[in-house]
Amino acid sequence: MAKSELMDTLSTPIFRNNPIALQILGICSALAVTTSLQVTVVMCIALTSVTALSNFFISLIRSQIPSSIRIIVQMTIIASLVIVVDQVLKAVAYEISKQLSVFVGLIITNCIVMGRAEAFAMKNPPLPSFVDGIGNGLGYSVVLLVVAFFRELFGSGKLFGFEILPLANEGGWYSPNGLMLLAPSAFFLIGLFIWALRSWDKQQVEEPDFKMAPHTAAEEGA
Amino acid sequence: MSKNDGIGKTLLVAFAICIVCSVVVSTAAVVLKPAQEANKTLDRKRNILAAAGMLEPGRSVEEQFAQVQTRVIDLKTGEFTDQRNPENYEPVKAAKDPSQSIDLSQEEDIAGIGRRENYALVYLVEGSGGDLDKVILPVRGYGLWSTLYGFIALESDLNTIAGLGFYEHGETPGLGGEVDNPRWKALWPGKQVYRDGEVEIELIKGSVEPDNPRAEWRVDGLSGATLTSRGVTHLVQFWLGEQGYQPFLNNLKSGEA
Repeated sequence: MAKSELMDTLSTPIFRNNPIALQILGICSALAVTTSLQVTVVMCIALTSVTALSNFFISLIRSQIPSSIRIIVQMTIIASLVIVVDQVLKAVAYEISKQLSVFVGLIITNCIVMGRAEAFAMKNPPLPSFVDGIGNGLGYSVVLLVVAFFRELFGSGKLFGFEILPLANEGGWYSPNGLMLLAPSAFFLIGLFIWALRSWDKQQVEEPDFKMAPHTAAEEGA
Repeated sequence: MSKNDGIGKTLLVAFAICIVCSVVVSTAAVVLKPAQEANKTLDRKRNILAAAGMLEPGRSVEEQFAQVQTRVIDLKTGEFTDQRNPENYEPVKAAKDPSQSIDLSQEEDIAGIGRRENYALVYLVEGSGGDLDKVILPVRGYGLWSTLYGFIALESDLNTIAGLGFYEHGETPGLGGEVDNPRWKALWPGKQVYRDGEVEIELIKGSVEPDNPRAEWRVDGLSGATLTSRGVTHLVQFWLGEQGYQPFLNNLKSGEA
């Protein structure tokens, strides 16, 4: 495969075909782990490596997988990789793995991983599949990092744990926005992100599923 | 139907995938186990020191923990015991096992923990002269959403609080979650626990007025978190009371533990 095609495979999912912003996949962990940037970065690395490696291994054996059990084979490979990632985190980054708690395990059910395995890795050779996994992982990471940036900055006045806005209850001037620490704020931020992205790239705007009918009650009454 | 869809091939692929994956997973688990165990122990030690307000960021946790002695006590008699190995005894797990714990009645169970283990761990901190400097006691109890797990440290008079801290809870961030706020935790050192042999310490709504005759036994509640504050009051009262460490503290004071 040509080099430029590989680059495309890598870069398209980041903005043009972002798994979260365009396909609205993998929202659940985007809500849960974005209260601080440090945790988010680790989660992004974990998800990107699982997506890339699962794509790679599934693509490697794609011509041998019987179609009747392909989903369960994909799940087995993904689940094994997630367990390995979880074990590694517990061994090298214990503090962060404690904060991520169950969400590392939940990468198994992250729609992005399954989606890429089924949609891309089953049909493409190992190298492009690996790159596609990295690309989609990065697409996920971009959204998460943006969300985490705003949530940590406005929710706790910090970035990567360093104080940016001195908090009022610690003698500064900034009263933190408590909503930012709760899951709903991530919905708003992701919504705003999607809005900004689609204003920049009009192609991503979806056709409306239906048109509002004009209001007719008055005419009928007349 | 392609060549892959036969029953034999399906079983073969399924079996091969399972073998390969299980080997990978178990290798990872076995190889990484020692590092994980070490992390867990280090984390527990750090929590203990942090709760006691003894954690100095510059020094290694192991080095600082060297002056801490871990002992097992029988909560009922309040005496040291060697029934359990302090290295691997897990009180929270023991509390779930009916043979190693007692059921608490409604009135007794103010902290909302359900069952209390028979044996508990205590951490004795030695001063420079080898005598007792501080006692660190594990505490836990229900707040608003979750059980709070933490440690309370007492000075050598076994009445003055040296520090309180939680290492695990799921209270609302910004409200009950402020139990982790260093400024609130700084209110605890110097407070008194017992008054005429009864546990008197309590969190109150708002701030403690300096002219309050019981100001020594009162701590500011967390604003906007009445139920978490009540939970903290209850867990401190429970663990320092009759069902908790009081018999042990009394023994320790009279030198009979």
